[in-house]
Amino acid sequence: MNFPIISSLILLPSIGALFLFFINSKNITGIKYVSLFVSIINFLISIYLWLIFDQSSYEFQFVESRVWIKDFINYKVGVDGISILFIILTTFITPLCILSVNSSIKSRLKEFLIAILLMETLMIGVFCSLDLVIFYLFFEGGLIPMFLIIGIWGGERRVYSAFKFFLFTLLGSVLMLIAVISIYWIAGTTDVEELYKLGIDPKYQKLLWLAFFSSFAVKTPMWPVHTWLPDAHVEAPTAGSVLLAAVLLKMAGYGFIRFSIGLFPIASEYFVPFIFIISLIAIIYTSLVALMQDDMKKLIAYSSVAHMGFVTLGLFTFTQQGVEGGIFQMISHGIVSAALFFSVGVVYDRTHSRRINDYGGLVNVMPKYSILLMVFTLGSLGLPGTTGFIGEFLILMGTFKKSFLVAAIASLGVILGAAYMLWLYKRVVFGELTNQKLLKIIDLNKNELFILTLLALSIIFFGFYPDPFSNTYSLSVENFLNEYNDKLNNYNLNQ
Amino acid sequence: MINLFYISTEIFLSLSILLLLIIGVFKKNSASFVYNFSIIILLFGLAININLNPQSPIDLFNNSYKIDNFTTLIKSIILISTFLVMLCSFNYVKQNEILKIEYPILILSSILGMLVMVSSNDLMVFYVGLELQSLALYVLAAFKRDNILSSESGLKYFVLSALSSGLLLYGCSLVYGFSSSTNFDLIYQNSESIEYGIIFGIVFILVGLAFKITAVPFHMWAPDVYDGSPTSVTVIFAILPKIAALTVFINFLYGPFLEMFDQWQAVIIFLSIGSMVFGAVAAIGQKKLKRLIAYSSISHMGFALAGLSVGTNEGIQNSIIYLIIYLIMNIAFFSCLFMLKRENQYFDKVEDLSGLSKNHPLLSLSMMIILFSLAGIPPLAGFFAKFYIFTAVIEQSMYFLAIVGLLSTVIAAFYYIRLIKVMYFDEQREKYDLNHSFGLKMILVVSSTIILIYFINPNIINNFVSNITII
Repeated sequence: MNFPIISSLILLPSIGALFLFFINSKNITGIKYVSLFVSIINFLISIYLWLIFDQSSYEFQFVESRVWIKDFINYKVGVDGISILFIILTTFITPLCILSVNSSIKSRLKEFLIAILLMETLMIGVFCSLDLVIFYLFFEGGLIPMFLIIGIWGGERRVYSAFKFFLFTLLGSVLMLIAVISIYWIAGTTDVEELYKLGIDPKYQKLLWLAFFSSFAVKTPMWPVHTWLPDAHVEAPTAGSVLLAAVLLKMAGYGFIRFSIGLFPIASEYFVPFIFIISLIAIIYTSLVALMQDDMKKLIAYSSVAHMGFVTLGLFTFTQQGVEGGIFQMISHGIVSAALFFSVGVVYDRTHSRRINDYGGLVNVMPKYSILLMVFTLGSLGLPGTTGFIGEFLILMGTFKKSFLVAAIASLGVILGAAYMLWLYKRVVFGELTNQKLLKIIDLNKNELFILTLLALSIIFFGFYPDPFSNTYSLSVENFLNEYNDKLNNYNLNQ
Repeated sequence: MINLFYISTEIFLSLSILLLLIIGVFKKNSASFVYNFSIIILLFGLAININLNPQSPIDLFNNSYKIDNFTTLIKSIILISTFLVMLCSFNYVKQNEILKIEYPILILSSILGMLVMVSSNDLMVFYVGLELQSLALYVLAAFKRDNILSSESGLKYFVLSALSSGLLLYGCSLVYGFSSSTNFDLIYQNSESIEYGIIFGIVFILVGLAFKITAVPFHMWAPDVYDGSPTSVTVIFAILPKIAALTVFINFLYGPFLEMFDQWQAVIIFLSIGSMVFGAVAAIGQKKLKRLIAYSSISHMGFALAGLSVGTNEGIQNSIIYLIIYLIMNIAFFSCLFMLKRENQYFDKVEDLSGLSKNHPLLSLSMMIILFSLAGIPPLAGFFAKFYIFTAVIEQSMYFLAIVGLLSTVIAAFYYIRLIKVMYFDEQREKYDLNHSFGLKMILVVSSTIILIYFINPNIINNFVSNITII
């Protein structure tokens, strides 16, 4: 029997968390080193997984299957070209979050790191589970640590935000639970691979699709159920915002690919206009809203909604470029938004203000910070040479194939994105240094410099050379679309 | 010759009760001794009961008493949860000056009544068991007799319960009148054609039983009685009568009245939806933990009833799993309540939890696990309880029930996480005492660990019920 590498990826952070539980909470350095160590080991394992991953196959690899609930559910995990990238994104972001706690978390550090590590377990679990019930478990389990992260270590309105986050997401996903159980009774299994082969009876697909959609739409978040996101982001501590933006939102995008489109192709085709319309509203409307924000975190949160609008747009074009673009955009947004939230965290830790008007002229006092923030801003607005460009470009290309009008409107979103990001940058970094408090502000310390440089380098590197990513997922996407078209054609022939 | 071996648990309990009475009368200041002795008696009773392990159903006393693996399992659950309840509430009982010899003896009599109820295969036997357990519980509710709330709750429980017993008896007499028998098997045979008289009878019986498990709309007594009774009695109310009454639900509905499934299913669905929704909504505004848990248990009973309304063996099995997990969560929750003590005074308001996580990190951690589990958030045990129920419900395509139930869990989640908010996000208060008995600590640690790690191997609990076949 092979070494269960995926299960160890899932379990390792939890074991680390359990270990932390028994360390004295006064031993701060010990706690930090243990959690950092665990998360870096996990990152290395995931890189190793990527290296030994067979890119010439679209099958699920490293599949582990065990009986879990007798005669009912099997514990089944595995990765394909799509999910492995999200796992790497997760294991890449988590150590950076743990590094960043030095300056931002003042109390109950041990509990915070335990929550982060548990979160990592659950996030990795989401991306590699190949059984609907297991997926649901990981997907929902994430509520508990995230609720605590926002609620305990958040800002002033943390209680409101934590409740809103919890109840919105729970409400969305209970319908998915009903759908999962229904699938079990309709198809006789909840095993994703089996379900791909069997297909689901077309007469149920639309309702099931809607049930899954209700959960993923809240989590993505799509307009009009996006309102929890700005609140959650604003109040969450830096590391929490980063995890939320970089990885948690991607769970839903991943869910769209793996489950909504993969399991219900006929319903997905049926709902394409619907998705296009709300994606366009998300892109245009939230970009406009982002323009008017005076809170930095809120602005970035709204920009996340707009970027995720691009993702759903790309995924539902069902073209090679569109889907690849959607996946790439998710990875890119994972890195860029993480970087932006880290950047806001840097100045917030120093001045305890997130209001854009309190800043201005930072370039005079924080040159290193200003340069790095420039890279992230450009990455976010999709300048060629950054990862943001590749994602948006592919998505728009795929959309043009489907509909000229939709692509034209979506392109407007790119311009608006440039507008709010550049304006934000101008107001924060350039101009006169009016706020006296900013005179004494210090530039990045080693820790922050390391985190932000690493993120900036990866934005630029993968912006010029996206092949490592695209080689990994292209075959899986191709096969995925072939299967999709086959199922659709079969259905149309039978009609 | 009647084989008395199979009712040795009941015989043992009755003899022990008599023995304890004698000890209590002749030995002065023996309350503490009697209490501890009765805990040991429960353990022995449990051992005897497990030892029975009948391979095939056994009928006793002209078929009016039934022992099979289902009743044995339920009896074991009742005995073990009474054991745990008495173990964890000892300090509470002692410090609230309700430690008298009657206290443990009343609990044991109530348990005896429940065991009779569970095994009954005849309306008369069933009623005798029901009254024995209720009468003991009336006294227990009013046990802190100097306390006005406790007396009120005892009286309230007595009056309302008597009313419901009256309805139940009326239902029994209707059933007897139209089927000319009180024996479950004979009723089944005689009621092949569906007559309105029997249906009326069933409805009246269901009303009486719904009262015992606090299903909406027969729940009104629960918050007051839960709140007024001493906490050590509240925990009994929250667990034991519900297990016994739900078992009777199963014995009734899937025994003599199985043919009338279509008729009573609507009643059960109504009770279930009402309880789930009302329990979730009404708990939101509560300021006292005991009232809150009363509404929460109303809501949980709704879920258990949802499993019974399905009409399949899986539904019944999943309801029993639900009950087992429910009782673990409740015992854990009440052990937390028993720990909120400062200078011999116990606290039971929501605001008393304020900032608990700073002073008592472990206590609040287990409380948090319990609350998330009660709310049904994966991967805790409470989620699986609901998951199984809805698996059975959706198998029969009862989507409306499933959607209402799951939406009500979202509403209910609000008040559970409100408690977590109070513990974790609010300002801290004075510390509570730490000198708890070893038993109490062990129960809390073990039960919250079971809740936490249940997902690793769910088969352990499922195996208990997997060979139960009612239909």
